[in-house]
Amino acid sequence: MAQRTQNAGLMKLKLIGLILCLFAGTSVFAEGEAEAGAEKFDAGKTIVEHISDSHDWHILGKEPHAVSVPLPIIVYNKERGLSMFMSSRFEHGHKAYAGYVLRENKIEAVNELEEIPAEQATVSEELTAATYDISITKNVFSLLVSIVIMLWMFMSVAKSYGRRQGQAPKGMQSLIEPLVVFVRDEIAKPSIGKKYEKYMPYLLTVFFFIWINNLLGLIPIIPGGANVTGNIAVTMTLAIITFLITTFSANKNYWQHVFAMPGVPVGVLVLLTPIEILGVVLRPFVLMIRLFANITAGHIIALSFFSLIFIFGEMSTGLGFGVSVLSVAFVVFMSMLELLVAFLQAFVFTLLSAIYFGAAIEEHHHDHEHGDAHVEEALLI
Amino acid sequence: MERVYTKGKNTKAMELIKPEIGLIFWMTVSFLAVLFILGKFAWPVILKSLREREESIANALNSAQKAKEEMAALKSDNEKLIMQARAERDALLKEARDTKDAIIAESKNKAQAEANKIMAAARESINNEKNAAINELKNQVAAMSIEIAEKILRHELANDDKQKTLMDGLMKDINLN
Repeated sequence: MAQRTQNAGLMKLKLIGLILCLFAGTSVFAEGEAEAGAEKFDAGKTIVEHISDSHDWHILGKEPHAVSVPLPIIVYNKERGLSMFMSSRFEHGHKAYAGYVLRENKIEAVNELEEIPAEQATVSEELTAATYDISITKNVFSLLVSIVIMLWMFMSVAKSYGRRQGQAPKGMQSLIEPLVVFVRDEIAKPSIGKKYEKYMPYLLTVFFFIWINNLLGLIPIIPGGANVTGNIAVTMTLAIITFLITTFSANKNYWQHVFAMPGVPVGVLVLLTPIEILGVVLRPFVLMIRLFANITAGHIIALSFFSLIFIFGEMSTGLGFGVSVLSVAFVVFMSMLELLVAFLQAFVFTLLSAIYFGAAIEEHHHDHEHGDAHVEEALLI
Repeated sequence: MERVYTKGKNTKAMELIKPEIGLIFWMTVSFLAVLFILGKFAWPVILKSLREREESIANALNSAQKAKEEMAALKSDNEKLIMQARAERDALLKEARDTKDAIIAESKNKAQAEANKIMAAARESINNEKNAAINELKNQVAAMSIEIAEKILRHELANDDKQKTLMDGLMKDINLN
């Protein structure tokens, strides 16, 4: 319990940090625009660029001479059909290619199909609205890498279980086994109860998916360093899957508790039922926000410390070097914390999913247990 | 509606909380794929092996416990046997001692009785001998007395006077009767 409350505190701190950074980003941008032309280091822009998704994998350097790994662009347009090419064709947003331009990392359809400088191209709103961008972006690439890692890891572990039947775990098995046992004994069994086995594949997959992607996000070099689990699309997809599993496995008892809590007078039900219905939607929403905010905030904090080096470096080179020592020390400290957070957030997401599944299939409801579950939930938020 | 491409204003920070359709698509596809593949090929194998191993460990622990209990039972059995043997030995020893004592006592008694018997027999034969001797002595004394009395009578009744005197005396006694 203590650990969870602590996590809630950490979470709050991070949310504040995130909000501050968003505001700071905007204000720094405004300043940047005011003195256009002067190539000043813009911490907000740099940080937001790093934690956002992008169509090429930036490695080093500044705009005209930036070194980046091009990634495949896949665009489907209702009129033009499917187009596939490498993001290097856009020349970092300076060229229009095959009827598309890259603007602020968004693909927009233009009227001109030939290769022309982006400034001369005219964006068509109708065509852009009919365009679906399913490119292999930085996050998608990192996601695919993580999935390859997962498949390789767990298939090989499954194979060694087959090969080394009844023997003590060895190698990768010894890494995975305590975690699998942890998910089974500490998350699934207490939260779901007897029917936990049905939900084990999802819980294990989601736990390892979040954990591995959190860890990959902490590695600064390719293919790590993307902000996969700190991307709202990813956390939304996971939350929706949890929501769908909860909804489809829910029994009569669950819906009865949502729409007409037994043993509650009608007058109170008028108040309670909307809250319960809201709760059904809010739970996956909070799952989505929690993971997104925690991981993004972690990235922002690390990047903010690095930005300090360049902000001070612009004032004087010596100051920049001086600050770098402190910054690196702080980033090391934060990374240690993030290692913990990477595990903790995977644990929390899995645990809450399991609690929701447990609530959905619970047969007989004891009032005191009900109370406990709500207290736990409140603490985790 | 058309507009000329311009360097956009900053909306990037807000873009952070707008989910991208492309990423949702890839995320859904790849997550469901990994869920399906691992759910079919990896997790069941891992969970099954874990369960089996746990069961075998539990069984092993159980049988170890049982073996321990059996050992303890055996040990207590052994102790009981040893105790029994010891008790038996003690009993045997005691019996032997008793028997020995009894035999000694009996033989003592027998010897005593025998001795008594012998003594009694001896005493009897001594008595008999003594009586016989006494009898013989008595007979001899009687014979000698008779002989002496005969000799004395012979001597006393050697002359007539003396015979007469005796006769008178005897006569006197008869008269008195």
